[in-house]
Parts: sequence; structure tokens; C-alpha cells
Amino acid sequence: MNANRRLTRMTALLATAALVLTACSSSSSSPSATAAASSAGGNQPSSSPAAQPSSSPAAAPITLTIAANAVVGGKSDQEASWITNYVIPTFQKQMAAQGENVTVNFNGTGVADEQYKAQLALDLKSGSGADVFDMDGIWIGEFAQANYIKPLNQILPAADSWDGWSQIATAVQANMSYQGQRYGISSGTDGRFLYFNKDVFAKAGLPADWAPTSWQDILTAAQTIKSKVPGVTPLQIDAGTAMGEATTAQGFLPLLVGTGVKLYDETSQKWQGNTPQIQNVLNFYKQVYTTGLGDPQIQLAAKGRDQSFQEFSQLKIGILAESDYMWRGVINPTGGVDPMSNRTTEVGWTLMPAMTPGSGVNGQSFVSISGGGGRVLNPNTKNPKEAWALLSFMASKDAVLQYTNGQPQITQRNDVNSQILSSDPVLTFVATKVLPLTVYRPGFAVYPQVSQALQLASQEVFNGKSVSDAATEYNATLVKLVGADHVASGG
Amino acid sequence: MVRDHPAPTPGPTQEPSESALLVRRFLSRIGFYVFVVIVSAFFALPMLWLVFAPFDAHPTLAATPPSSPTLANFPDLLKDPYALPSLVNSVVLAAATMVLVVAAAAPAAYALSRVRIPGRDLLLYVLLLFSSVVTGTAAMVPLFLLVFDLGLINTYIGVVLVLAGGLTPAGIFILKDFVDSMPKSYEESARVFGAGSFQILRDIVLPYARPGLAVIAVWVVVNVWSNFLIPFILLRDPGMLPAAVVVYNFYTEGGQANLRLISSFGLLYSIPVVVMYLFVNRRYGFRFYGGIKG
Amino acid sequence: MSPRAAEPTSPPRGASTPPEASAAALPTRGAVAFLTPALLLIGVFLVFPALWTLYLGITDYRLTGIQAAYPQVIGLDNFTSALGDPAFANSLWVTVLYVLGSAVIGQMGLGFALAWTFRRWHGPARSALEVLVITAWIIPSSVVAFLWIAFLDTHNGTLNVALGNANIPWLFSWPLLSIIVFNTWRGTAFSMLLFGGALNTVPPSYLETARLAGASSWQQLRDIVLPSIRGHILTNLLLISLWTFNDFSPYLITAGGPNFATDTLPIYIFRNALVNFQLGYGAAISAILLLINLGIALIYLRLLRARS
Repeated sequence: MNANRRLTRMTALLATAALVLTACSSSSSSPSATAAASSAGGNQPSSSPAAQPSSSPAAAPITLTIAANAVVGGKSDQEASWITNYVIPTFQKQMAAQGENVTVNFNGTGVADEQYKAQLALDLKSGSGADVFDMDGIWIGEFAQANYIKPLNQILPAADSWDGWSQIATAVQANMSYQGQRYGISSGTDGRFLYFNKDVFAKAGLPADWAPTSWQDILTAAQTIKSKVPGVTPLQIDAGTAMGEATTAQGFLPLLVGTGVKLYDETSQKWQGNTPQIQNVLNFYKQVYTTGLGDPQIQLAAKGRDQSFQEFSQLKIGILAESDYMWRGVINPTGGVDPMSNRTTEVGWTLMPAMTPGSGVNGQSFVSISGGGGRVLNPNTKNPKEAWALLSFMASKDAVLQYTNGQPQITQRNDVNSQILSSDPVLTFVATKVLPLTVYRPGFAVYPQVSQALQLASQEVFNGKSVSDAATEYNATLVKLVGADHVASGG
Repeated sequence: MVRDHPAPTPGPTQEPSESALLVRRFLSRIGFYVFVVIVSAFFALPMLWLVFAPFDAHPTLAATPPSSPTLANFPDLLKDPYALPSLVNSVVLAAATMVLVVAAAAPAAYALSRVRIPGRDLLLYVLLLFSSVVTGTAAMVPLFLLVFDLGLINTYIGVVLVLAGGLTPAGIFILKDFVDSMPKSYEESARVFGAGSFQILRDIVLPYARPGLAVIAVWVVVNVWSNFLIPFILLRDPGMLPAAVVVYNFYTEGGQANLRLISSFGLLYSIPVVVMYLFVNRRYGFRFYGGIKG
Repeated sequence: MSPRAAEPTSPPRGASTPPEASAAALPTRGAVAFLTPALLLIGVFLVFPALWTLYLGITDYRLTGIQAAYPQVIGLDNFTSALGDPAFANSLWVTVLYVLGSAVIGQMGLGFALAWTFRRWHGPARSALEVLVITAWIIPSSVVAFLWIAFLDTHNGTLNVALGNANIPWLFSWPLLSIIVFNTWRGTAFSMLLFGGALNTVPPSYLETARLAGASSWQQLRDIVLPSIRGHILTNLLLISLWTFNDFSPYLITAGGPNFATDTLPIYIFRNALVNFQLGYGAAISAILLLINLGIALIYLRLLRARS
């Protein structure tokens, strides 16, 4: 019987321990789990400011929650640390000075964008969620359509009279708007352009101040590299379905706007289907990946984009079309994933040219695509006034300056940008040269599917399909997605 | 109680000569060694990355001996305040779910084994099919809303209940074979001596089915250990998240993997489960045979 | 006094039909009490959400967008869309090959071979191998992907280096084979554990008797062991087929490519339904998957019954 008794006792012990631990963890959070909308969980506050000395009876304690896809020590650590170490203490002090008893919690996660988006949607759908949360600009449309979020001025009319709006470019504000209404405050943006490797260029006899003005210039440079510098991939421009949205944002769309059209035209309310412009882009892809100017295998690999970064940092790629994230987060000698110690001397950068000079959207000769996110107010918040105060505080000049913390990056505010970017050549380049000519992606619920169809088309043309076949197939998919009257095709 | 393998005796008349037997035995020994070496290499080689990369200051996507050997990745990893606590959280979730699944599945398997229900196996299999639906992403909204309505969002109890619900049918399915093979004579003798049903379950059935219980226990722990989706959609407090979710912290904002941290975290993440397996194996063994100890 | 650890008086039952009900074996009240915890748990947390999810399959429900606020029942549209998609047929075929290769042949075959080998082998070497196999199963998917990408890398991959710098682009030229081998590596531990436990229910005395009567190892295996663990074999087959059918991990290694060569059904669902949060469509495809697996289970049952 001994073995059985021991087994039983052990099991009972383990069960009790596990269940006790489970119950303990739950009970520490269950008050917030059952609490209503304004806090979807979080550690119970440890610091409520002591009784207000001089003001009238202390206001009822208010708890606000911030949610972001950022974690201290992990993903988007910069934002998470800023929120934890600066925003929360400073804001709480400010509120205390005004006689308000406010505590702020931070719910950070560090997961893939889609997963964060799913979690956000689930919370909003059930009427809960954090008071202030991060969102990618491109999600605004679909969340608004689902009635998960509301325009700022519907939650709090005073939002329209915030003085910070004048410091945020209209185009950047539009990234957090839908149908002309502002849903949140942008928290930064980015731009896409061409990087090139000066080492490789020197070996190929190409100039260190290379500045292509047409697609043909790019192809010629790539062909030169191919013949003069064997063992190096001349050009990397994201393609294929494995790279996901990176293909569309870094590759397809910058090329497309270089042919003169946006993916979705607001006036005609039509998406680009099987048009000559789409075919031009597909032809470019075909040429690059079937004549040895690019490496098709990387486009098909599961971690292809990571690999392209690694190879560029190892001087194995000549020209790379990417966003400023590459400069800040990848080849940055401090903390980058694939650091390059001499990036300022080894790496060159130049604007992405239109197909031919003047052929770009709005008659531009150079183009770019931008993305970015911002912070949104939860329509279910129990404390709209305080939540808005928090949101606008996070976008105030001081707060944004604190956020940058000496690291040059492109913020949403013009005043901060002009102050901090002077030390970084690439970011100054983006803020001053790229942003003025950039375009944002259409923020509709159906966009991710359109994007997938574009990625597929870009892949098929170097896997044996003809450009016209790939374009026809793309058109058919598009019609199924948005309906024939919203598709522009033909000449 | 393990039996030794007795030496083979030369068989009766129809067996071939002794020398042929020896040759056969020699060849099968060689075959055995070759098999073991190949299989060992097969399982060990892919793990090299996890051996090299955590100790490399610049790991790449290839398993090469460290170009710049270092131990600094681990302290860096610990700078993330959630790295170690998440491992503890995983242990708690795994242990609690394992207990719940075993507690639900064992009596149920016994009952289903002794009380004949027509189409029992088919019914169990249909439940299994349902569990494959519920562990998929398509069930995300129903699960979330169910747990939300029960007020269990951001609690471990909610997570454990959902996980256990999904794993119990398979647990019963696996156990039923072990329980079926137990001879009824054991129970009948016990009843003759006045044992109640619960006593029989505890003192006869459970020990007999111990290999099966061990299999489910390990299987539940491994499943819960890797489960990302359920804890992710049901928990909000970053300090409560298990390691399966926290591993994504080590990707940058652009979605690039920080290989130094991921590999070191991966190593730490794998160790507890191996330890748990060794513990279960040593204590309770998968090689128990022999009915009930006196 | 409880029964001793003696040989059972009748051969162990290996078939999957439950023994005859006997009023003395387990009274109904006891049976109900034993079943209740499981029934409650499964009823609330499994059956209810599963049925709800299947219902979503006939709607156009999405997590975001207009259909999130105003979902509509669209009948079988989701199903006809999926079945009419040539990519679905490709996915189905890839998945069948994947399951056959890695689960039925790979995991079961290797798992059984290991369990059989371990029966009479003890010592540190055996434990080390056992731990290796288990560790392969335990390492979480997000980390395992890196291991295998590193292993199969074209230029510096461990496999290619071991083959003398062969530089074979495994993931591009042999993608399906690569993920089949990967999944065999990954999941063999479960079959090994299950068969290990199953083999231990075979009384050694039977094998002894057979050996004394001159049966070779092969014959013992075929005539005594396999029949008595037939129920376990069927269980294992059903489980790992179902799990492999729903296995998403190859995505992290090949992203369904190149060119959809490894686009298994879970990856297809992910691409077509979940990236865009089309949960109604995703639920419909899950329902189709469920029916396919049911069909496969019936085939297995047929095959194994026929052999008796």
C-alpha cells in the first residue's frame, strides 16, 4: 500500500499547491477583473497620493490604464520604459497638483502585431479594455467600422481644441483618422527609401553619392554590381507572400506610387486592379528576380526579411529598399539586431525614384510610403476627461522629448523633430526630404487581403507566371474582395 | 519491478544450428548499435543551435560554434523583469492543468470502461474532434466571451479551466485502453472484501493504469507549456503571462527576432520541462508492470 | 487483502470494446459520480464553445470591420468558397502527405521502434537517448523553428556541414520532405511514451513462454505483442493523425512555401481566414477539417477491424 499512499498524498499536495497558487494569483487581480470598463486588469495600485492638503474634499480615486504592444526589456522597450518611468509618475504628480486622485497602470505585452490587434478587438468588443491604447494607423478604419472606437470629439468635444494639433502635420494626423474624423493622436511615423552599400559600390565602380532618378537607373546599377562584384546580391526589394506586409509596404507600394497612382483612390473610390501601372510594377519584379539582380530564394524563406538584414550588414547586398527602421533598429551599432559599426561611412541612402522623372503620384519624381501608429481613447472609458488628459499629455512636447531620450527618431511633432534630428543624417533626411512626399496605406478592413493578393502577384511573376496572367489573377481576387465597381482596370 | 532479459536458450529441434543463431544474434547486435547511433544523431544534431547560440554574442540563423563566446546573454535576458517570473507562471499553469485533467479523466475513463455505452469510442472521438476546433484560433471569440461572462478574464482559473476542457477528452481517450486491459477479477475480489467504488478506483485502478496516467501527465504539461493562444487572450496582467507568451517579447518592434535573447530564453524555457519529465520518470516510471503491490 | 502481483487468470483484453457491464463491477451511482467532473468541464469549456464556433461557420463574422458589428448568416457560402478554391485542394493534398509521412510512418514507426528497443535496455545511454527524444518534443514551437532553420540552412546548416559541405537547399528543393522529417523528430516522443506504457501491459510471461517454444523476436512481436496492444495502436494513430492535421508549426519554418509546397490546412486557414480575422470563414474551414478527420478515423477503424 505504501506506494499508493505516497502517490495519493503527493498528488493531493501538488493539487492543493497548484490550486492555491492559482487562487492566489486570481484573487490579486479579480477585483480588477470584475471591475468595469476602465481597467482591464493590472496590478493593484500601490501608490495613491496621500490626502490632498489644500483642496476641497479629495476627489474619488480614479484608475486609468494604458495598453501597448511594448514591454520593458523586450519589444518596444523604449516605449515601455518611457511609460513606466516617466509618463506614469509625471502624470500622476500633475493630476495630484490639480487635486485629482489618479493612478495609472500599464498593461504591456510583447507579441506580434496581429495578436495584439486581436486582443484589443476582443477587449473592445466586450466593452472593456484600457483607457488609452496603441493602435497602428492602418487599423483605424476597420475598428471604426466595427464600432469599437469613436471619433475623439464624440467622446470629449474638448479634444478638438488641443494645442498640439498644430504641431502634427496634416498627413500624419490623417494616419489616425477615418472618414475625416480624428480617432487618436499619432505617435510617430516612418519613411521608405533606398539604402546602398558603399563598399560594394566602390568595387563596382559606382559613385558614393549615387542618386537614381528612375527605375532604369536602379536596374543599371544592379546590373553593374552583378557583373563586377560576384558573390553579392545586387538588389533586395521585398517580394512574395512569406514576407507578408513587408512586401507590400517596402516593395510593391513604393513602386506603385512611382507609376503615378495610389492603391486606392478616394475620389473614384476604386482600387487598382489589372492596370498598366500594376503591370509595370510586376514587370520590375520579374526583371529583378529572373535576371539575377535579386535573390528569389530569400523571398520564399520563412525568415527571409531577417536574412536580408543579416546579409546587408555583412556587405552581401548592394541595394536594399527598406524603411528607417533598418537604420534605427537593425544596423544601429548600439542595440541593433545586426549592428554595423561604421554605418555612416559604409552605408549610403537616397530617395526612391519614380518610374521616370515626374511619373510619380502627384507628379512627383521621388516617392515613399509611410506607416505609423498612435494612441486612441477608449469609447468605454469611465473617465473621459482624465483619459484625454493622459492621452494629450503623452503627446505633449516635453513627453515626446523624454520619449526620444537622446535617440534620434521621427516623432509626430514638428517642434520636437527640428530639435532632435540634427545629429542623425538619415533621420533628418527622412523628416525633411522623405516625409513631404510620402503616401499612407488605405486603412480599410479589406486592406490586408488586398495586400496579400499583391504579395502573391509579386511572387508569381518570378515563379513562371507571365505578368499579364498574374495581373489578371490579382484582378479577379480584387473583384471578389471589393466588388467590380470598386476596381479600376484596363487602360 | 523490472525483469531481466534471460539469455536465449537454443530451441528445440526445428531451430537452425547454434552457429547460425550466433550469427543472427551478432547481426542483430550490430543492427541495434547502428540504429541507436543514427537515431541519437538524428535527435541531437538539430539541437546544436540551442547549445551554441545562447553563448554567442552574435548568433546567426546557422548553428555554428560561437564566433564570440560569451555568457552575457543571460544577464541581458534577466533585465527583462518578466523573463524569469514567466517561467514560474508556466509551471503553475502546467501543474494546475495537469492535476485537473488527471482528476477528471481518470475516474471518467474508469466509469466509461466498466459501464458499457454503445459507441463509446466514437463519442470520445467526436469530443476529440471538438477539442481540435476549440484549440484553433477560430474559437477565439467564443472562448473569450464565455470566460468574460463568467468573470474569469485575467485569472489563472479561467485559463486552467479552458485548457483542461480542451485536453480532457484526449486524456480519457488515452487512458481508456489502459483501464480496459485491467482484468475484472481484481475489482471483483475487492468487492468481495467490501471495498467501495472510490476505494477501488484509488487502490486498484489508478496504480494499474499508472503508465497511462504518467503519459497523460507529461503530455498535458508539454501542451500547456507551449500554449500561447489561450493565456494570451485571457490574461491581461503582464506579470501573469507564461513563458510561451513572453518569448515574443524578444522580437523587436519591426518583428525581427533578437537571436541572442531568444536563444538564451529558449534554453531556459526548455529546461524545466525536461527536469519535470525526469522527475516523473524516476519517481513513477513508465515501466511499471505487475498489477497491485500487496 | 488485495490481489497479489500475480499473473492475471485470463489474457489481457487488447480490443477496444469495453468489457461487459456487470452490476458488481461498478454501480451506476458510482459511475455517474465519476463521470460528473469530466462532463461538467467538457460541457462548459469544450462542447459549448465548439458548437458556437461551428455556428460562426455559417456567418460572415469578422473580428473587425463592419461584419464585426453586423454579422449575417450567409448559409453555406463559406463552405462553397473554400471547397471551390484550388488552393484548398492543394492544401488538403499536402496535409495528407504530411500526416502520412510524419505521423503514420514517421512518429508511429520510430516511436514504436524506440519503445521496443528500450524494453530490454537500461543504463545511462538509454536514458540519454530518451531525454534527447523527449526534449525534441518539449522545446516550444517558437524556438524549435530556429533550430530547424539553422539545421537545414543551405550554406552553414548543420546537416549540410555533416554531409561534407553539401550545400543542398533543403527547404527550397525538398520542402515537404523537410517538414515531414521535422515533424517526425518533433513528435516521436509521444508515440514512444504511449507505446512504452502499452508494452508494459503485456505480461512478460507470455513472451517468455513464446520464446521457450522457439518463437523469434519477430514472431513474438507479430503474434503476441501487436494483437494485445491493438487498442493502443488505434488510439495513437487517431490522436496523432488528428493532431498533425491541425499542426501549425511548419509555418514557422517554411511559411507554407516555397510556392505553397508546404501549405498545410492549418496554414491555409491562417492565411485565408486568420490574418484578416475572418473568423466565420475560419470556422467553416475548421468544420471541414473536422469532417475530414472523422472520415479518416472511420477509414482507420475499417482497416484495423478488417485485420481481425
